[in-house]
Amino acid sequence: MFRLEARSTTPAWFNLALPLIAIAATLILCSGLIAVAGAGVIEAYGVMLSASLGDSYAITETLVRAAPMIFTGLAVAVAFRAKFWNIGAEGQLLAGAVASCFVGAIPMPGYLAMLLMALVGAAAGALVALVPATLRVKFKVDDVVSSLLLNSVIYYALMALIEGPWKDTFSGYPISPPIEDSANFPVLIEGTRMHLGVVVALIAAPLCWFLIARTTLGFRIRVTGENPEAARYGGINVQRVLISTALLSGALAGLAGVGEVGGVHFQVMSDISPGYGYSGIVVAMLARLNPLGVVPAAIFLAAVMTGAEAMSRATGVPAFLSDVIQGTALLAMLVALLFTAYRIRRVGAQT
Amino acid sequence: MSAPLIEMRGITKSFGAVKANEAVDLSVAPGEILGLLGENGAGKTTLMNVLFGAYAPDAGDILVEGRPVAIHNSADALAAGIGMVHQHFHLAPRLTVLENLLIGIPGKSGRIDRAGGLARLQEIGRQHGLSLEPNLPVSALSVGEQQRLEIIKALFRGAKLLILDEPTAVLAPSEVDGLFAALRSMAAQGLGIIFISHKLNEVRALTHRCVVLRHGKVAGRVDHPASTTSAEMAKLMCGHEIVPPTREASTPGAAVLTLDGISTSGHAGTPLRDVSLFVRAGEILGIAGVSGNGQRALADVISGMLPPKAGTMTIAGKTVAQFSPRELQALGLGRIPEDRMTTGLVTNLPLADSMVLPRIGTEAFSRKGLLNPAAIRAFAEEQIKAYDIRCPGPMVRAGALSGGNLQKALLARELAFDPKVLIVSQPTRGLDIGAARFIHEKFLAMRARGRGIIVIGEDLEELLMLCDRIAVMYEGRIAGTLSSADATVARLGLMMTGAGHTEEAA
Ligand SMILES: Nc1ncnc2c1ncn2[C@@H]1O[C@H](COP(=O)(O)OP(=O)(O)OP(=O)(O)O)[C@@H](O)[C@H]1O
Ligand SMILES: [Mg+2]
Repeated sequence: MFRLEARSTTPAWFNLALPLIAIAATLILCSGLIAVAGAGVIEAYGVMLSASLGDSYAITETLVRAAPMIFTGLAVAVAFRAKFWNIGAEGQLLAGAVASCFVGAIPMPGYLAMLLMALVGAAAGALVALVPATLRVKFKVDDVVSSLLLNSVIYYALMALIEGPWKDTFSGYPISPPIEDSANFPVLIEGTRMHLGVVVALIAAPLCWFLIARTTLGFRIRVTGENPEAARYGGINVQRVLISTALLSGALAGLAGVGEVGGVHFQVMSDISPGYGYSGIVVAMLARLNPLGVVPAAIFLAAVMTGAEAMSRATGVPAFLSDVIQGTALLAMLVALLFTAYRIRRVGAQT
Repeated sequence: MSAPLIEMRGITKSFGAVKANEAVDLSVAPGEILGLLGENGAGKTTLMNVLFGAYAPDAGDILVEGRPVAIHNSADALAAGIGMVHQHFHLAPRLTVLENLLIGIPGKSGRIDRAGGLARLQEIGRQHGLSLEPNLPVSALSVGEQQRLEIIKALFRGAKLLILDEPTAVLAPSEVDGLFAALRSMAAQGLGIIFISHKLNEVRALTHRCVVLRHGKVAGRVDHPASTTSAEMAKLMCGHEIVPPTREASTPGAAVLTLDGISTSGHAGTPLRDVSLFVRAGEILGIAGVSGNGQRALADVISGMLPPKAGTMTIAGKTVAQFSPRELQALGLGRIPEDRMTTGLVTNLPLADSMVLPRIGTEAFSRKGLLNPAAIRAFAEEQIKAYDIRCPGPMVRAGALSGGNLQKALLARELAFDPKVLIVSQPTRGLDIGAARFIHEKFLAMRARGRGIIVIGEDLEELLMLCDRIAVMYEGRIAGTLSSADATVARLGLMMTGAGHTEEAA
């Protein structure tokens, strides 16, 4: 017989081992679905791997997809550290996309346009995140619910915009006018879609790590998240920390939208984000809320997404498998996290 | 002699490198009250958790009425007739007293047997004088009543052995008498009881026999606690004598902290009503009173957690404007909270983080918003050494430390900055005598250096030993202040009930 026993310390290698175990468990569990869909498991995963990481072009495509999830993953990781339950990265991303699209469509020198797009997009995301944070701080409204519901509000506001004032009068499609060509983010590798925003995302991760681990704001975020009462007693303005965290988190999510507009789509349409905001939650959990872990976690999910499409074409397994893998990975990670608090002990050998 | 009710043989339990219990033998006979003594971290709670099934022992056997049993969880323990009252209660706050008793007890044909439960509750109440209003929600009960409910819960489930882990640490002195009467009545009816406490006079008054643990091993057994002195027991626990510190005579200087006409509202506990008091340099002021008479509000006001509705407070001649922890700290106030685990420390983060928490924004630990990890670590290491805080190092989770060591850490984080005034609540609650003595010595040394200290406490013996003056709180007011020369347990006790008002003596 086995049972769970509380553990007092968590070995350091757990931080690395847990996500790997969770991912392994996910792939094993999902292989059942592949088999049911009538394809060879090894073959299907093989196609996924080669299509996402098999050659340099595939790798750049995966990185381009990973970039928005790095940003939303960081947004969620930072917020969850303070126990600000930001489930609204999706809406914040959309707000960032719309705002940067506005700015990008104004004629001005390219570098200035890009800078302004980033600033305005980040500000828009931050503003959206401010809503659930303020509701929580002032009126004790549950931030999970308010930030989640706000996603729909923003989504339908965006729809109203592209179906209404922004609608392409020429084609009649519900898409925004494109941004200026000069505002398109430069492509870094000829013949790929690898744009400047990807590099910015890769740099943002260590910056966030530094912020959390090495600054007084990061200290206050950590302490507030773990024990707000001790934080308050220790002279930390808990409400201000929550608001700062929300602004930071929303800005990061907003930048995810900026990258999609400036580097990938150059305009806004209804499906500009296939749920990158929600994937950010999976990414942050797999990363155990460590900003440095967000990068590999986002790349994993991106690889699954790009890989799943190729697998679908090659083997006929529906590409929805990528959603199943995401969901399963989140659940597997939550189960795995149990083992940071508990250990399994064999008992009853003597009974 | 008949078979003991419970027998533990050769129990060994390690946590990593720490041997919390090593080859411990212990038995309890029916009708016996066994005291379990030992310094903080000696392994008392661990041993009882093994008995109650929370931990599996690495080695050793448990016998119930002579038969070996395997106890893997609390359900097994309850089935074997073992009940435990933890220091942190396990009650559902929104449910009523009766509902809490009935949780997990299958009634007839899957329905909850309220009437039967009510009858048992009343019967237990009659037998041991443990009555509780059955339809009150647990959230409305005082700590003492919640403890009573935990005891009733154990009896309700047919416990033959009752384990109480430091039950008196959360009780007011008057409540302790009621608890003891109930425990004696249960023992008289053949129940076995294991009683853990750091208060040796309680142990001597209540128990029939004692087992003393030191570093996880049995260091000694006391067969006649009533005729053994506290000093002898202390020596068994610590391995050396504990000498009480002496308070040298001194003349206090000017007032370092003054409250003038402070009133509060909007606080969970009793509000303050026109409270005025002062503490002078080189003086220790005690605040006595039955808990719930405004001590909580007083501590919260002075430590900056609760801005008052009316009145002023001055520290070292400066009037407090904001009542924020930061402002008060900057004025030279040191603060040690009553609840170490929830208010003092961040249990899930490294100990070092908790030790620098109140001053993280100061030059000592950060510059321009950037932390100085080396300075933080060095500070924590220095204090760990200076205060002999027993832990694996500054990066250990704060929550892994024992109560005494947590208190030392909180003391260190304040005293390192040599505050002009210190406010502290229940400074030695849950601490062994050695650790309590250490804390007392630190307070007296501060006093000798000309600092002012306010000690809010319920232990009158401790207040009488430490304080130059003792103010008594009653229903949110200061009922009177006695100088150490005039104060006796009897006089203070009378004032605590709201009788005999005494005018300020100074
Ligand atoms: N879950 C745990 N993980 C690791 N170490 C532990 C754990 N529980 C207790 N310890 C360690 O085991 C030793 C015994 O702890 P225990 O809590 O049993 O002491 P105690 O006698 O109850 O002390 P106190 O009087 O302070 O309550 C201590 O060194 C403690 O740090
Ligand atoms: Mg204990």
